[in-house]
Amino acid sequence: MSPQINAPVLSVEALTKIDREIAKYPLDQKQSAVMAALIVAQDEKGWLAPETMDFIANYLGMPSVAVYEVATFYNMYNLQQTGRFKLTICTCLPCGLQGALAAADHLKKQLGIDFNETTADGQFTLKEGECMGACAMAPVVLVNNKRMCDYMSVEKLDALVAELRNSSPQKV
Amino acid sequence: MAMLNVEVDGRNVEVPHGATVMEAANKLGIFVPHFCYHKKLSIAANCRMCLVQVEKAAKPMPACATPATDGMKVWTHSDAAKTAQKGVMEFLLINHPLDCPICDQGGECQLQDLAVGYGGSTSRYDEPKRVVFHKNMGPLISAEEMSRCIHCTRCVRFGQEVAGVMELGMIGRGEHSEIVSFVGKSVDSELSGNMIDLCPVGALTSKPFRYSARTWELSRRKSISPHDSLGANLVVQIKQNKVMRVVPLENESLNECWISDRDRFSYEGLNSEQRLTKPMLKENGAWREVSWQLALEHVAKRLVEIKQAHGADTIGALISPLATLEEMYLAQKLMRGFGSDNIDFRLRQSDFAADGKRKGFPWLGMRIVDIGGLDRVLIVGSFLRKDHPLLAARFRIASKRTQDVNIIHVADDDLLLNVANKAIVPPQLLPEMLGQVIKAIAESRNLPVPSAVAGLEVEDAARRIAASLASGKLPGVFLGNLAEQHPRAGELNALAQMLAEMLGGRFGFLGQAANSTGGYVAQCLPMGQGLNAIKMLEAPRKAYLLFGLEPELDCHNPAQASKAIGMAEFVVSITSYRSTAADDADVILPLAPFTETSGTLINCEGVSQSFNGVVRPAGDARPGWKILRVLGNLLGIAGFDYDSSEAVRDEACGARNLLELLCNEVNGISLSLGEACENGLQRISDVPIYFSDPIVRRAEALQLTSDARQPKAWMSSAVAQSLGLAAGGKVKIVQSGTAVLEVGLDDRLPAQTVRVAAAHLSTSALGPMFGPITVEKA
Ligand code: SF4
Ligand code: FES
Ligand code: FES
Repeated sequence: MSPQINAPVLSVEALTKIDREIAKYPLDQKQSAVMAALIVAQDEKGWLAPETMDFIANYLGMPSVAVYEVATFYNMYNLQQTGRFKLTICTCLPCGLQGALAAADHLKKQLGIDFNETTADGQFTLKEGECMGACAMAPVVLVNNKRMCDYMSVEKLDALVAELRNSSPQKV
Repeated sequence: MAMLNVEVDGRNVEVPHGATVMEAANKLGIFVPHFCYHKKLSIAANCRMCLVQVEKAAKPMPACATPATDGMKVWTHSDAAKTAQKGVMEFLLINHPLDCPICDQGGECQLQDLAVGYGGSTSRYDEPKRVVFHKNMGPLISAEEMSRCIHCTRCVRFGQEVAGVMELGMIGRGEHSEIVSFVGKSVDSELSGNMIDLCPVGALTSKPFRYSARTWELSRRKSISPHDSLGANLVVQIKQNKVMRVVPLENESLNECWISDRDRFSYEGLNSEQRLTKPMLKENGAWREVSWQLALEHVAKRLVEIKQAHGADTIGALISPLATLEEMYLAQKLMRGFGSDNIDFRLRQSDFAADGKRKGFPWLGMRIVDIGGLDRVLIVGSFLRKDHPLLAARFRIASKRTQDVNIIHVADDDLLLNVANKAIVPPQLLPEMLGQVIKAIAESRNLPVPSAVAGLEVEDAARRIAASLASGKLPGVFLGNLAEQHPRAGELNALAQMLAEMLGGRFGFLGQAANSTGGYVAQCLPMGQGLNAIKMLEAPRKAYLLFGLEPELDCHNPAQASKAIGMAEFVVSITSYRSTAADDADVILPLAPFTETSGTLINCEGVSQSFNGVVRPAGDARPGWKILRVLGNLLGIAGFDYDSSEAVRDEACGARNLLELLCNEVNGISLSLGEACENGLQRISDVPIYFSDPIVRRAEALQLTSDARQPKAWMSSAVAQSLGLAAGGKVKIVQSGTAVLEVGLDDRLPAQTVRVAAAHLSTSALGPMFGPITVEKA
């Protein structure tokens, strides 16, 4: 009985992108666009807050909890705020056998954080990832879900961290 | 289509195409262990407990999801099958806590039961078990122990498929999966309690019942729900003469295997502190406990005095529509024997134009099981989900298949079903909208337009509904509670009849209360010159007999009821509870509620269901039929020597075949469509699900749900703006009385209406459920 009016949480540009995704599916199956819509929302907001998921649920005419199911199933969706750079290192078995665990340990030491933590300066969040289909190039690190770095030796890891740390704030 | 021959465990069985191995085995009475499979839910096949051996299949197959094929050979208890089943059980128990003695589900847990058969006696795992945090899902369902969840998703599928709203979901993946509601939300469905029954483990349990008894301490008795017109079958579980819990008794033709939360949790009201346990007499304004003898003699004496002084027709009786057939029958026999025809059970009704014009007893117009087979439906004036939770579920499931559900109503609450077309109109225009549909159908079929509707202008919404109805083979028209309570209920009845005739379909009433049809059978209404429920209060009587009701909450015009009763010389209230109304009485007699008396309820499809008391009456409370029997004898009325409620029932029903007497037809109702031109705001009243009768009003957990929130004055933002009001502000509502309420905004309400719930003390001073209403800033 309590009708809730949802103030748009996303920008017009983001909504246009989502509309384009929705248009790919039959009218009565808008919810097929949920994964794409979540990506658009996360790109804009940096993470998926409950109100963002609720908004998308309303927008696609599906139950909020169903959006939540999708957002929690895939670990590239951020359900918490992250630092400026989210570093995801694959720790699945093939990578694990090829030095990923040592690489992860090195990153933890360098950044002074554990998995699922963010550095005090808000620059880095470290995440454990699932197979990224690049097992032959282990260890692999994914920056902010978009940039893939492979063969991550200790030197390359240090270089990556240094490069990101010194990058201008606008550049992601 | 030819049947399939399947062999299960060496025995042959025939099943239809599309049947699963599970169904084949069940048909033979062979039990295949399972958790996620449920006959009323879709197939998920995620627990793997039902693995069986199938000839020529390399691996064990899940019986619940494997289609049967002709000539298939299945072994459910072979070594291969058992090894697979035991393997699955070992997996399930890796993370499941092994502390059944401290689990509320212990003793009635499917996992515990199957673990006895398929589990090992020790575990091979010494790793720590997974911990899942508890959740808050609201006042009814406890999710304190989510580590016990085995992720069968029955609860999730129930929400999606039966309740119509996905309130629970499974988040995460693999061994991180968890059942949750969306961040910070409670489970609000009016059918939510069924998830407790469905959960095969102790993850979801009943919050009010939790840790108050062990399943093996409870005795189980059958009963019938008195809360809506369905007559859901119940198993009432009791311990030491106290009702501890209520669960469904499967009855495929009525409630299937479900019950509503109102049916399930109302029992808390039976154990309420406010229960009356002694007859009481008011002397000089103070209550005094007295013996039954004294109380009843006093009642008889006063009634006789009033009859002598003013005549018997100055006495009126108002009977709760939840009262049993026996109680209703004896009440009317008593009144008539005493010389008064003033008796009625239709307390929330306001228009009695159909009285004397009915061909039979009003009813649903069909069997409940046949609802699903209708292909076109029109529901007029019904808060369907809240008034009839399980009928709504039937429409919901049918609407996903081939049924077009059309709605004409005064509010646009989400019914959680696929609504094909709807017309939301202010209450005073409900008959006109129905008339428009009739006209549209007549026009489209080139039939003569009935003169009563000829003058109406047909709007698009009516045309769409008409087109939908006219395109079906098996249409049905239903009048909901609001249509029966409507000031032009008689016209609505006649119009529904006209529409059904034109369509060649059925029409009927969803039924306002548990014994609404029974009330007609018992003749618990004026048959001659007597006054009906409204007239008895409009023209106050000298004395009232109140049976099972709280007039300030259960009547169409509570303000008028309180006033008339307050003015009367003598009032006897036969009731289960102390309340303000009981305070207005001169004598109160403690009445045994449905769990403490035997009786009969006749549901909306005309099925008469008798039940026994399941516990002894609280204190000195007595079954209504016994109270009325003694009163009848004290008044010297002949024929009050029954020795059982069955004898009363048999007399009430006589040799009649009830099913032949059910008929919704009315003749000679005058229709005056298109004349209503009331300007200004109109009141819309609903009877919120957890305020509907004296028992649920006292059920504590139900009172904490979102459906039991304090009533607000709901209006569209246009109305609010025109009055300079904002959501959350206070307003003074004026009808014949006044009330101060908070403003709520609902833009789905029709123009020029304010929705104010009935059946709540905060609104009972207002006046009738319909009519003009004014709103001022408070
Ligand atoms: S909470 Fe119960 S019903 Fe729901 S998935 Fe878990 S075990 Fe199944
Ligand atoms: S296992 Fe690491 S990328 Fe495949
Ligand atoms: S019952 Fe078949 S997989 Fe669960």
